[in-house]
Amino acid sequence: MAYEERAEPQAAWAEASPIVAFWRQTMAVAAAELHKLRRDPWELLTRAVQPALWLLIFGEVFARVHGITAGGISYLSFLAPGVLAQSTLFIAIFYGIIVIWERDLGILQKLLVTPAARSALVLGKGLSASVRGLAQALIVYVLAAVIRVPLHFGIASIIGVFVFVSLGAVLFSTFSLTIACLLKTRERFMGIGQVLTMPLFFASNAIYPLALMPKWLRAVAAVNPLTYLVDALRTLMVGKVPGAFSLGVDFGVLTLLTIAMVMLASRLYPKVVS
Amino acid sequence: MSSDTDARPAPVKAAIETTHLSRQFGKLTAVDSLDLSVPPGTLFGLLGPNGAGKSTLIKMLITLLPPTSGTATVAGCDIRRQAVAVRRRIGYVPQLLSADGALTGRENLELFAKLYGIPRRERAQRIDQVLTVMKLEEVAHTLVQRYSGGMIRRLEIGQSLLHEPRVLFLDEPTVGLDPLARQAVWERLHALRDTHGITLFMTTHDMEEADKLCEAVAIMNRGRVVAMGAPDELKARVRSGASLGDVFAHFSGESLEQEGDYRGIRGTRRTASRLG
Ligand SMILES: Nc1ncnc2c1ncn2[C@@H]1O[C@H](COP(=O)(O)OP(=O)(O)OP(=O)(O)O)[C@@H](O)[C@H]1O
Ligand SMILES: [Mg+2]
Repeated sequence: MAYEERAEPQAAWAEASPIVAFWRQTMAVAAAELHKLRRDPWELLTRAVQPALWLLIFGEVFARVHGITAGGISYLSFLAPGVLAQSTLFIAIFYGIIVIWERDLGILQKLLVTPAARSALVLGKGLSASVRGLAQALIVYVLAAVIRVPLHFGIASIIGVFVFVSLGAVLFSTFSLTIACLLKTRERFMGIGQVLTMPLFFASNAIYPLALMPKWLRAVAAVNPLTYLVDALRTLMVGKVPGAFSLGVDFGVLTLLTIAMVMLASRLYPKVVS
Repeated sequence: MSSDTDARPAPVKAAIETTHLSRQFGKLTAVDSLDLSVPPGTLFGLLGPNGAGKSTLIKMLITLLPPTSGTATVAGCDIRRQAVAVRRRIGYVPQLLSADGALTGRENLELFAKLYGIPRRERAQRIDQVLTVMKLEEVAHTLVQRYSGGMIRRLEIGQSLLHEPRVLFLDEPTVGLDPLARQAVWERLHALRDTHGITLFMTTHDMEEADKLCEAVAIMNRGRVVAMGAPDELKARVRSGASLGDVFAHFSGESLEQEGDYRGIRGTRRTASRLG
């Protein structure tokens, strides 16, 4: 019995253009993650605690320190986008643990044996991080409205914020997947996760303006992707502060890095199982 | 996206054909210049002691692990140059239970149906069919973490069949199934073979099952195939009245008195393999 005798259903399915197929695979992975999120709404609520603490305690206290911001905006307005960027980072940076977890359970092996593009498997996870990031954006907006932090609540700026938060979440989650693929074990990954987040956070403009930093730190911040996310969110949420980049620069930098990270992570993905 | 997606397989005589296939881990040769040919539609059993290289061989055949040297074709496609085409044509049921516990049975099936590109109108129908055949309709909307081991196994086997693979790789597929479920699984696999000419390639440590169900077996030891043929043929080769267990012992150089130890080792190895 030779193979060609039997009609091959897969041949017909493969007709979809590669881009359509890629997008469907990506959405399939993201949808599976969202099913899990939907069953665990507590997770989203507990995630609200951190931004609340930053705004209500840290923000309220530092608002009393004069001279921390420039351009005449209140410190809380200045801080809100920083807190949003930071919580997006914190959610995304531990995503790598998922790939290690799925590898240990044998789920990843089965995913890798399907014809799905590796980059779709990676991007699907990244997009589910975006959804978590968007939940954070809502939380920050609600908190800001409650404690009357003046922000731009216009529809265009909110859409812009959603776009940048999604982009940032994909970037940091795929960065995390990349690290996980390199380290391969849960213990090593958790260690590095802690070590990475704090420097990314403090060497950025999230809670203080670049202008207040010593020169060397400013140089580090200039190559820190979080800086560009904060910068874009701040421009959209409170308006352009002195020394801000243009939204185009922010978008370009974040998009290029995201594409590079997705490509890198999908190269490394299959190596986790061998 | 790889360019080999659309590669057509050459018409071939063998479902699986390896040529000098080898895999090394540092100094250790896990699979040693293996030449193996499995005709289409065969129920093929791969037997061998722990560490023989069975899993390593399967991982190479399903494109999870690149060979150190040599190559193989699966369903007519080269595992190195046409990896995506191979993946389209195979199914895989891993040794350890590995459905996603945080999803329902149906959601698990949906994820894989989508990844295989099964069109929407066919998807629901195929998923229903798999749920029926595997007797999982009632728990279709239950989280898999609440399933029993046997239910997960059935789900996994069903999932591996969604896209009608030409070659199905099974790593100890019936471990943990009760006798009825075991029977049902084998009937289903037999039916698939009879109607679709699917090739089954499985590893097992259960000699009785291999004897009953496999039309051909290979015994692997230290990375090499040391004996291959129909179970009856191999038994006759050892001595008259021999069981497949005797054949196994004869060719892998283990005595049956070690059976107890051997099972013990297997248990620890299984835990270890969870981590790698
Ligand atoms: N990733 C790896 N790194 C290093 N050595 C490995 C790796 N995978 C397998 N090996 C080694 O290769 C040899 C063959 O292992 P393999 O898992 O293929 O055996 P097996 O026949 O499947 O055994 P079992 O019946 O216990 O499952 C073993 O000595 C094992 O320790
Ligand atoms: Mg094995």
